[in-house]
This record gives sequence, structure tokens and C-alpha cells, in this order.
Amino acid sequence: MSSRSIKAEHLHLWRGDKHVLAGINLTVNSGEMLQVTGANGSGKTSLLRTLCGLMHPEEGRVLWGDRNVQKDLPAFHAELVYLGHEPPLKADLSARENLRYWVGVRRTVTAADVNAALARVGAGAWPDQPVRTLSAGQKRRVAIAGVILFAAPLWLLDEPATNLDGDGQRLVGSLIDEQLAAGGLVIAAVHQELPLTGAGPQRLVLSAK
Amino acid sequence: MNTSAVNAARLVLARDLKLAFRKRGQFVQPLAFFAIVTTLFPLSISPELARLREIAPGVLWVAALLASLLALEFLFRDDAHDGTLEQYALSGQSLTWLVFAKTAAHWLLTGLPLSAMAPLAGLSLGVPYASLAGIMAPIALGTLALSLIGAVGAALTLGVRRSGVLLTLLTLPLAMPILIFGAQATDLAVRGASYAAPLYLLAAMAVLGVTLAPLAAAAAVRISLE
Repeated sequence: MSSRSIKAEHLHLWRGDKHVLAGINLTVNSGEMLQVTGANGSGKTSLLRTLCGLMHPEEGRVLWGDRNVQKDLPAFHAELVYLGHEPPLKADLSARENLRYWVGVRRTVTAADVNAALARVGAGAWPDQPVRTLSAGQKRRVAIAGVILFAAPLWLLDEPATNLDGDGQRLVGSLIDEQLAAGGLVIAAVHQELPLTGAGPQRLVLSAK
Repeated sequence: MNTSAVNAARLVLARDLKLAFRKRGQFVQPLAFFAIVTTLFPLSISPELARLREIAPGVLWVAALLASLLALEFLFRDDAHDGTLEQYALSGQSLTWLVFAKTAAHWLLTGLPLSAMAPLAGLSLGVPYASLAGIMAPIALGTLALSLIGAVGAALTLGVRRSGVLLTLLTLPLAMPILIFGAQATDLAVRGASYAAPLYLLAAMAVLGVTLAPLAAAAAVRISLE
């Protein structure tokens, strides 16, 4: 995971006649975190989706290392995990099945990996219940177990601590600390500061449109 | 270790099959529709076998076509809502390939059971035993082509609220050749004639669908994610 960097240069994104991203520049290096804040509708989610290549900016580019990510999206995607504000879980599958299918499409995970990740996020007690029966916070924990399982250098998290109790928020904080200590990169859209122990994160404030 | 493309497709397929069996209502709906329509015809037209035999190919095909159209709406909808499609697009795997796996799962859950039910429905319409294979094969191939063509329509209408009607309007014209050649194959089979020619045409459409439809559907899915 060493010496990675993600860089965005002059990102401009329009949605209809709305200038959602107006010339965003950012650089995040290995072991660094960027917290994106801003009012609702200020383009936090659009920024994350543009960074991971789901949305195409009208102007500007995203570099992973020194390569334009649009040149080889699958290779770039293999190194990131994106967690949107809805956990990508199937209500009719259990936490364990969800993780096996969701993460398995990218990397081979064993049952032991899945159990370890579920235990890490405090979801070890209900791995076989249908996700439908879980609370919003419990679902969020399962989704975070998925983020760990991807073992990707770059994390793009959209409000990772939503619906989590104090304990869960500290968990997200310490997982991000671990990721950074291992040389990973984290870009998170947040409303509330995450409880991190390491060096203060970079900040990017988006203004409302 | 990164998952190979084959394993990734297998997981997508396995997930969709498992979900279908957990949510049985959605899976049974088109099959029940097919069974109801085909059994209503003998009741409403006439119990006279000769007359029923005459209309059997048309009834079977129209019912199969509408039943698979009914199921198409659900092909990508749930995955689009809960972010699964997004994760597929970010999986580093070829989205075309994963969309193909999803379409294959869709056919296994609608087309294949429909073609398995068709002989039963055929018998209730007075079709001779000898022609049952001639009913199953064209319906299996035709629904495969239809699932593939329909996948493009389903992906294109992902951003549309209540997309059912639009999806039907988009897919029906493209499904007409399948209906025409499929019904002809079944008609020939019922009369005891050789139905190879229309069956080959259906196979050609299915092959064309396998090669082109996943590409188009994946491109449409990508657009819907923007």
C-alpha cells in the first residue's frame, strides 16, 4: 500500500444548470485522510462519485498515482472501496451471505475472513439473521465489515458514521486510524467530526449551491 | 487475491438465484400468469380439441412473451435501489460480464421454468404428445433472446419511475421477430412437420443477443449510475 496518492485537478461537474463541483483541487497521499464537509446538497456525494469514476466531470481529471483513472477504470476500481450512504446490502440475505457475495465479486474471501470482519465491527452475534431484521445502525456495521474485507488502499466513504451509536463512531474512527497507519488513504464525506487519534485530517469544505 | 471473472459471474448468479428463492412471490408471479392465461383459453373458447390445437401455438407464445415481459421490470430494479449495481460497476470486473450473469440468472428463473411448464399447458390445449419437445425448445430459445433484449430495455429505463409501461413499449417491437418465428416453430411442431428452420432463426437471435445485448445493457447501467 505504500506511496499511493489520489489527486483531483480542477474538477468541474454540472448537473443540468447546477454547477455542483466548481473547480475542486485535492491531493491525498498515503497515510492521509481528507474530510469533506458542507451543507446538504453541497456536492459531497457527487465529489466522491466523481473521484471513483461513476460520474464524469465536464472538466478536470482524477489521478491515481500519476495515471488518469479514466485510462484504466477497472484497475483503479480494484484498489478502492466506495461506501455510499445506503449500505449495499440485500434485505433477504444474512450479513454473512451479503458480505460473501458483495466482496466476493472483487476478491476471494473465506468464511473465516468474513467472521473475523463481522466480529471486528461488533456484528458477530447476528451473522445469520436476514439483514431485513437488523436496525439501521446494525446494517451500517455490516457495511463497514465489507469495507474492511475489501482490503483496498483507498477508502471513499459517504457519511460512514450515520446511524451509529457512540461506540460505533469510535469504531469507525479506529478503523480509519488503522487504515491510515497501514499506508492507506481515506476520503470521507462527514457531517460530524470522526473521533480520530492520529494527526488531524485535511479538510475540504464545499459551499452550498 | 482477486476473484477471477468466472467466479465473479458465478457469485452474481448464485446471489440472484438465492434471492429469488427467498422472495418466492416475485419469482412465481410470471409463472402463475402463464399458467392462468393458458388454462383460461380452453374454458373461454371451446373444449373442442381440434379448435384448441389450432390456436395453441399462438396462446402459448403470447402468454410466454407477456409472462417474461412481466418479470423483466425486476431484472435490475432492486439492485439499482440498494446500490448493488454501483458496487458491481466498481468491482473492477467487467460490468458487461456481470450483467450477462444477471441476465442468465433472470432466464433461469423465468424462461427455463416457462419452457418447462409449456408442455403441460400445451396438453391442456390439446397438443399431441409427440410435439412436446417442439414446444419446449422454441420457448426456451425465444425466452433467452427475450431476456437478453429485455435486459437492454430494463437497463435503459432504470432512471424512470414506474418504468413498466415504457419498458414494454421499448421491448415489444424488438420481441416481434421472436414471437413470429417462435409461434411458427411451435405451430409446425404441433402439425408434426419439421420446425428446424424457425428454430435456427430463434437460435441465431439468441446468439446475437448473447454477443451484443450485455454490452448495450452494461453501457445503459453505467449511464443510469451517473
